[in-house]
Amino acid sequence: MQQYDMVIIGGGPAGLAAAVKAKEEGIHSILILERDKSLGGILNQCIHNGFGLHTFKEELTGPEYAQRFIDKVEEAKIPYKLNTMVIDINEEKIITGVNDVDGILEIKAKAIILAMGCRERPRGAINIPGSRCAGIYTAGTAQKFVNIEGEMPGKEVVILGSGDIGLIMARRMTLEGAKVKAVVELMPYSGGLKRNIVQCLDDFNIPLKLSHTVTKIQGKDRVTGVEVCKVDEKLRPIKGTEEYIPCDTLLLSVGLLPENELSRKAGVRLGVTGGPEVDERMGTNIEGIFACGNVLHVHDLVDFVTEESYNAAKNAADYIKGKKVLEDVIELAAGEGIGYTVPKFIHKDNVQHGILVRFRVRNVYKDSFISVYFDNNKEVHQKKRVLAPGEMEDVKLTEEMFNKYPNCKHITVKIEGV
Amino acid sequence: MDSRELICIGCPMGCNLQVEINDKEVTKVSGNICPRGKAYAEKECTNPTRIVTSSVKVENGQVDMVSVKTERDIPKDKIFQCMKCIKKAKAKAPVEIGQVIIENVAATGVNVIATKKITA
Repeated sequence: MQQYDMVIIGGGPAGLAAAVKAKEEGIHSILILERDKSLGGILNQCIHNGFGLHTFKEELTGPEYAQRFIDKVEEAKIPYKLNTMVIDINEEKIITGVNDVDGILEIKAKAIILAMGCRERPRGAINIPGSRCAGIYTAGTAQKFVNIEGEMPGKEVVILGSGDIGLIMARRMTLEGAKVKAVVELMPYSGGLKRNIVQCLDDFNIPLKLSHTVTKIQGKDRVTGVEVCKVDEKLRPIKGTEEYIPCDTLLLSVGLLPENELSRKAGVRLGVTGGPEVDERMGTNIEGIFACGNVLHVHDLVDFVTEESYNAAKNAADYIKGKKVLEDVIELAAGEGIGYTVPKFIHKDNVQHGILVRFRVRNVYKDSFISVYFDNNKEVHQKKRVLAPGEMEDVKLTEEMFNKYPNCKHITVKIEGV
Repeated sequence: MDSRELICIGCPMGCNLQVEINDKEVTKVSGNICPRGKAYAEKECTNPTRIVTSSVKVENGQVDMVSVKTERDIPKDKIFQCMKCIKKAKAKAPVEIGQVIIENVAATGVNVIATKKITA
C-alpha cells in the first residue's frame, strides 16, 4: 500500500489551492487524485470572465484562473494522478481508487482533504411532467458541449432556473446563434448574481419570468415545446396561466448539490448544505479528514473557494505536524432567516486570528440586520440594505468577542428587522 | 431629453437607477446610493462596453476547442460582429495563454486572445 502525508480528492479549484498551500506549509508528501483527464475542474468550461477579482485583483476567465494554480502545482512538483476515480475512503483514511495505469490503487493518508465539488440537480430531482424526449440538459452539461466539445445542443432554448450557470448559458447560447426564448424562475427573485442578470439577460433582451415554472414538456423524439405557468405564493402552478413556448431544447439550472458519496463512506457527518459539518479548521468529525470548496457548500465566487481551501490545507498541515486542538467547542446555530453556517463548530482555543463565518440567508430581506448572539448576548449587529439567497454573506467574529464570553456554549447567527 | 432605467452592477446591492440623458450626455442619475452607480450609469448610457468570451476550434491539439476573450472591453454594439469573426477563426496547437488568435477584431482595435493552454 502506498503512503502519503496528504491526499487531496479532486483537482479542481479547491484541491489545487489546498495542494499549493500544503506545500508552502512544509508538507512534501502530497498526492492529488483527479477523475477527469486534466486538472482545473469545472473552471475549464467556465470560459466567461469575472474570476479572481479578490485573489489576483484582476478579472480572469475560468481557464486562466485554473492555470495559475496548475502552474504552481507543476512548479512545486506536487504529484497528481489524472483519470483516477476514487471509489472508497474509510475511517482509517485508506483511499481506494482506480485508473487504467495502476488498476486498483490503495493509499494510506495521514490527512485527507475532500475537494470533490458539487453536481447539478437533474430533471428527476424536480419532477417535471411530460415526455422523456431528447433535448433536455442540465445547464452545465450544455456548457461542456458548447465550450469544450464545440457542439451546440439546440437552436431554440428555454432555460428553467435563474442560477448563475443558467444565466451564463443564456448569453452563451445567444452568442452562438441560438434563440433563448425565456429564463423561467420558480421563485419571485433570481438565484443568480445581479450582474449576471444585467450582462447575460438584459443585454440580449432575454425575458426573465419570475414566479413561473415549467409544467409540461412536449415532444416525441425531441422537445417541441414547454408549457409554462405562473405560480402562487406557495409555488403551486395557477390554473389558467398556462403559456406554450415552442422550443427544441430545455436547459435546467435548478441547483447544485455537494457531492459526498465518498464522505459518507468514510463516516463523515453531513449537514444541511449536503456537505460535511466542519469546525473552524475545515475539519470534519473524522480526525484528519478536512473539506473545502463546493463539496462543503456551494459558492458563488471561486475566490472564496481558494480562501477556504488555504484554510483547510493550513490546518491539515498542522494536524500532520502533530498540532492538537482542545475538545472544547462552541456550536453555531443558524437562527431566524439563516440557511446554514460554515463553520458549524469552533474550538475555543483556536480563535486567535478571529473566525470568518460564511452563510446564506433563506429569503430576500431589505433594510435588515445580521446579528450574532454569544448565548443570549448580542455581539454583532450589522445593517444590510439587501440580503438575498443568491449572494453568500459572511461575518467576522473577533478574538475579543470570544474572550468576553469564556463560558459560551452556542453562537447564533440570525436576521433581525429594523 | 431621454430617460433610461438601469440596474447598477457595481455591487450586490443592485440599485435601480434612473438616468436622464440630454443630447447623448447624462445630465442626472438618481436611485444610486454611492458614486459607483453614477459612474456606471454614465458609461452605460454613453459608451457601453463588454468583454466578449467564446471558444475557437483548434487543429492538432489535445482538445478540440480553445477558450478566448477580447483583450479589453469592446463597444456593446460590436458584440455580434466580433462573434462572427470568432466563429470563422481557427487556431493551431500548441497555444499559450495570451496568444493573439484574431488581431483587431471587427475593427475595434482590440485583439482576441487565448485564455487556455493547449498542448499539441
